[in-house]
Order: sequence, then structure tokens, then C-alpha cells
Amino acid sequence: MTPSIAIAVRFLLAKKRSMLMSLTGISFGVAFFIVTQAQVSGFKEYFIDTVLATDGAIRISDKMQPIMTSLEASTTEGGKSSFMVGNRENYRFIEGVEFPNKIIESIRELPNVYAASPVVTGNVYIRGPLRNGSGFVYGISLEDHLAVSALEDQIIEGTVDDFRSTPMGILIGSKLAARLQARVGDSLLVQAVDQRSRFHVTGIYETGVSEIDKVRVFLHIGQARSLLKRPHGASFIQVSLFDRSKAPSDAQAIENLTRHFAASWQEREKSWLQFFYVIGLSAAITVSAILLTSGLGMFNTLAMIVMEKTREIAILRSMGYTRRDISNIFIWQGMIVLILGSMIGFSFGAAMTYGISNIPIGVRGIFTAERFVVNWSLLHYIYAALVATVVVLFASLAPARRAARLVPGDVIRGTAS
Amino acid sequence: MSEVADRTIALECRGIHKHLGEGASRVHVLKGVNLKLYRGEVSAIVGPSGCGKSTLLYLLGLLDRQEQGSIFINEQEVPLNRDGVHTELRCEYIGFVFQFHFLLPEFSAMENVMLPMRKLGRLSLQEMQARAQSLLEDIRLGDKLHRLPSQLSGGEQQRVAIARALANQPSILLADEPTGNLDVKNSLMVFDSLTRLAKEKGQAVLIVTHNPDIARKCDRTLRMEDGLFKE
Repeated sequence: MTPSIAIAVRFLLAKKRSMLMSLTGISFGVAFFIVTQAQVSGFKEYFIDTVLATDGAIRISDKMQPIMTSLEASTTEGGKSSFMVGNRENYRFIEGVEFPNKIIESIRELPNVYAASPVVTGNVYIRGPLRNGSGFVYGISLEDHLAVSALEDQIIEGTVDDFRSTPMGILIGSKLAARLQARVGDSLLVQAVDQRSRFHVTGIYETGVSEIDKVRVFLHIGQARSLLKRPHGASFIQVSLFDRSKAPSDAQAIENLTRHFAASWQEREKSWLQFFYVIGLSAAITVSAILLTSGLGMFNTLAMIVMEKTREIAILRSMGYTRRDISNIFIWQGMIVLILGSMIGFSFGAAMTYGISNIPIGVRGIFTAERFVVNWSLLHYIYAALVATVVVLFASLAPARRAARLVPGDVIRGTAS
Repeated sequence: MSEVADRTIALECRGIHKHLGEGASRVHVLKGVNLKLYRGEVSAIVGPSGCGKSTLLYLLGLLDRQEQGSIFINEQEVPLNRDGVHTELRCEYIGFVFQFHFLLPEFSAMENVMLPMRKLGRLSLQEMQARAQSLLEDIRLGDKLHRLPSQLSGGEQQRVAIARALANQPSILLADEPTGNLDVKNSLMVFDSLTRLAKEKGQAVLIVTHNPDIARKCDRTLRMEDGLFKE
């Protein structure tokens, strides 16, 4: 232990009560920072997982037809280019994907693409055993769609095997089922513009997203084509990725490759993601106020110690302690409180996060959660420690500088006289 | 004092000038002071209050800066505006004893004595402890090593301060009214401790004092008046 640390420890112990208050403040600040970030990012991650499990990482939809000259760089004699500069404002969009199989074949070349599933969609009216309601058909190729969504896990009544083995099977959302008062095994009459067919409910699913669960129904793609009178093509292609964070660049690559509009999940859910970002930031700022208050308390205590210890500082300087040694004594006092406060805060924060994750709640809306959702991330602990470090450094630097600037001759002469 | 110094100059100052105060209250305290301190010799500065004794002591101890003149330690001139160099020289060559003990109240007697040694960093922890214990035993405080300053008498506190000043075996020991706060019995005990240990180690000792008995016991007495030494 260096002499500066040894002296810092003794000075701290001499001011137990004041330092205990600062320590408590830092501990609470760190703990609350961790807890709030764990909650906000927990709900955010849960929302993202729900979005990806339901609508995939990327959706390829309308064909992009250039309406202005765009720059293309040709590297082959055939003039086929893999590089194009343009933006979406220079295109008009032709609804749907005309040749989904060709597009799926070409995007499989991209290393981050895991799977792709063509989907045919359309509005329908559904007549149930007791009640009627509108719905939105998703015609899917089941095996492909299971690879780009968590549909199998979302089925809460019936099984995916029942749907697989029933050509006229239908999967309906939980809220739609409740509205229609339909159960597994019931027969539903699904009516498009001038076509109608009867389907058997083979399963009820729940994504947790109310807007989906109350309208979306899944049919086999062949039946959907027949019902919607769309014998070829697809409304969109749902794509899943190995690394979801790379979705924006993959979407751009897909647009360049296929000349079809491709939207990443980050683009589709931009407003919700921004909402979570703002909430997280707001929570961090609010909790940082606790740390700031503790920092002010610590500043006060350290400034008091400097004032009370001018003679001791002068005598240390007369012994050969440098200005830096003196400064370090006060910075170490801050650091000791910071390290102890962070450790206590980490433990308290982890305990509170665990406790909160067991509190039952019934969130319904953009997702469904039965308990508080928390995200255990090392980053929250690092950020909390960083904020606390900045506060403590500011709190200890000014007293440390003041102590280091004391002129020993002046202090001793003043006292002696 | 009967013992003879080895006449090696430990500290010298030439033509030192210093003002104190600001504006109308600015006073020319030291007016070209010259002084040599020899190893193994105990010198006393006496004189009326305000004549510049303590100011000179702080300048010689590199705790303050002169406006004019030079200071030499071990025949090397001390650069004027180099705080880092001054701090290093203080650590290695200069020990201070003040009128008040200025012990750190949170540290025991032994820990206080170890503070300069820990800064110099030349000894292991065990060696530092052994040296601190030896110094405290020399001044008859061997049974109070682990007492806090608040658990010692005024005389004992000042003797611990002397042990602390001698911790790094400095070649120069500067004492500003070291007995000024003590009764007669303790004054003599502190003075004896200070001079005996310093002489044994061949240190140059300079004591600023108002006490004529103390001054008489020194090898040399210098009388200061109005910022200059008088013959």
C-alpha cells in the first residue's frame, strides 16, 4: 500500500459518518442505475424478440422500378453490376414480389441470411360458429415459415402438426378466437372478395402483440392463393438472419441485389425503438441525479477535510511528499468510496433486479408479459460504474487540487504565529 | 556543547532577501543574510520577535522561496523555482521540528515516524518498523510505540516529532521553537534528545529559540536583529 493510500484510508476513517453517507448515496445510485436499465432494456429486448419471432428480421416486399437515372458501376462485360448508387425517392414501387423463388434463391447467397419464406396476404371476412369478424390472411409455406418465425412456439392450443396435416387447416390468433368464440376443431367460413372457403381451426396462437393476435390468420399458401385469387407471386418474403444486428446492412444488400424494397426490423420498428431509447436515457439521467447528489456530499466532506488538515498537509509536504502525493490522498479517498460504493451497488442492484423480475404484472399491447422483464447485462454495471466514476472524480478533484496547491511555509508560519 | 564539528558544510545561504506582507504592510524581513551550517554542529538563532528568524528557517528548509540570494545544500546550489527538486531535497536531506508537534492524529507514534521513510522508499516495511522503534526507544518512548498522539503528553508528542524529523537520517535538522510549547523539564528533555541524536549522526542542527538556556547549550549562537545577523 502506498503512503498516499494509507493516509487516505486513515483520513476516511476519521470522517466515518460523512463518508458513510456518501458511500450510501453512491451505492444506491449505482444500484438504481442498474435496476432501471435492466428493466428498460429488458422490455426492449423482449419487444425485439417478439418482433423477430413474429415478423422476421427483414421483409422484402415491393419491386423498385427506377424513375430517374441512377449510377451503376459495371465490372463485367455483360454489364451486370453488383454496385448501385441510388435512393428510394428515385424509385416507384410495384406492389408485391413477382418471382419469390428467384429472389429467395439469390438472397441465400448472402452469408448472414438464415432462411426466407414467401407470404401471400389479403383481407378476409370470417364467419365463426357464433360470431363473425374481419381478419387478415397470411398464406404460408409452413416449413419455410417455421424457419423465419417462432410460430410453432406461439401456438397455445392445438399443434403445428395438426395444421401441417390438414390442407384446409387455419391457425387463428388468440384475440380473434375470443372475438369469434372459436375453438380448435371448429369450422370457419373465410370469405375474400368473391371467393369463400371453409377451414378447420387446427390451432390458436398468441404472439403477445394485440394488433396481430386479433386479425392475423395463417393458411397454407396454396389455399390462400386460391382464396385470394393470386395464383403466383407473393405479397412479401420474410427473412431471418444469423446476426440480427446486421439487418440494416443486409436489407440494403438485398435491395441492391433484388431491386425490391427490403425493410429491416430496426427500420420497421424505429418509433418503438426510439421510445425505448428515450425512456432508458431518461431513467439514466434521473438516477444519475442521485449519484450527483452523493457527489456533492462527497465534495463537501473532502473540502472540509482539506480545510481541517491544512497543517497535516503542510507537514507532509515538509517531509518530502509531493503535490501529486497530496492530491492523490484526496483522489484515493474518492476512489475508495467509489470502489466500495460500486461493489455494494452492484450487489444491491443485482438483488433488486432479481426481486423485480419476480413481480407479477400483466402487460398486454406491443407484447405480453406476465412478470417484469429484466435484461441481465454486464454493460449496465459498467455504465453505472462509469457514471459514478465521473461524479466521484469531479467531487474529489477540486479538493485534491486545493490541497496540492497549499504552500507549506505559509501554513506552518500562520499556525506557528 | 563540547564536541567538535567536522566542519563539513551541510547548508549554506548567501545574500538572502525576503519581504513579507502586501502593500503598505509589506516588510523587508531578511536583508542579505549569509549563513553556514556544519555537520555535527548545533547552532541557535536568537533575536526579538519579527526579526526574521523563522522566515530564514523556512527558506533554508525550502518551504518558502527567497527573492534574492542562493542556498546550497551539500555544496550544490538549490534551483529557485523547482518545487519538485525542493520536495526531493526536503525528503532526503532536511528534517523539521516545529513549535507544535504536527503529528498526524490518525497514526500511532511509530506510524508517524515511518511516514518520511515510506515516502523515501529506501527501506522495507520491516526495516522501517525497526528503525522507527529504535528512534522511539532512543528518546525513551519504546513503550509507547502504538499510542496515538492524543494518548501522549506534550513533551512526548514533541519527542515523537523529533524522531520523525530524524527518520530519513537527514544531514540538516531545522527546529523552530521546538521547546516553545513545553515546560522547563520537558524543554530540556526535548533539547537533549534533539542534540544528542543529531550529534551522534553528524547532522547540522539549527534551532530558532527564545529560550536563553537552550541557546547557551548550543555550539554556536547567532543573534538576529532587523533581518541581519549581528556579531
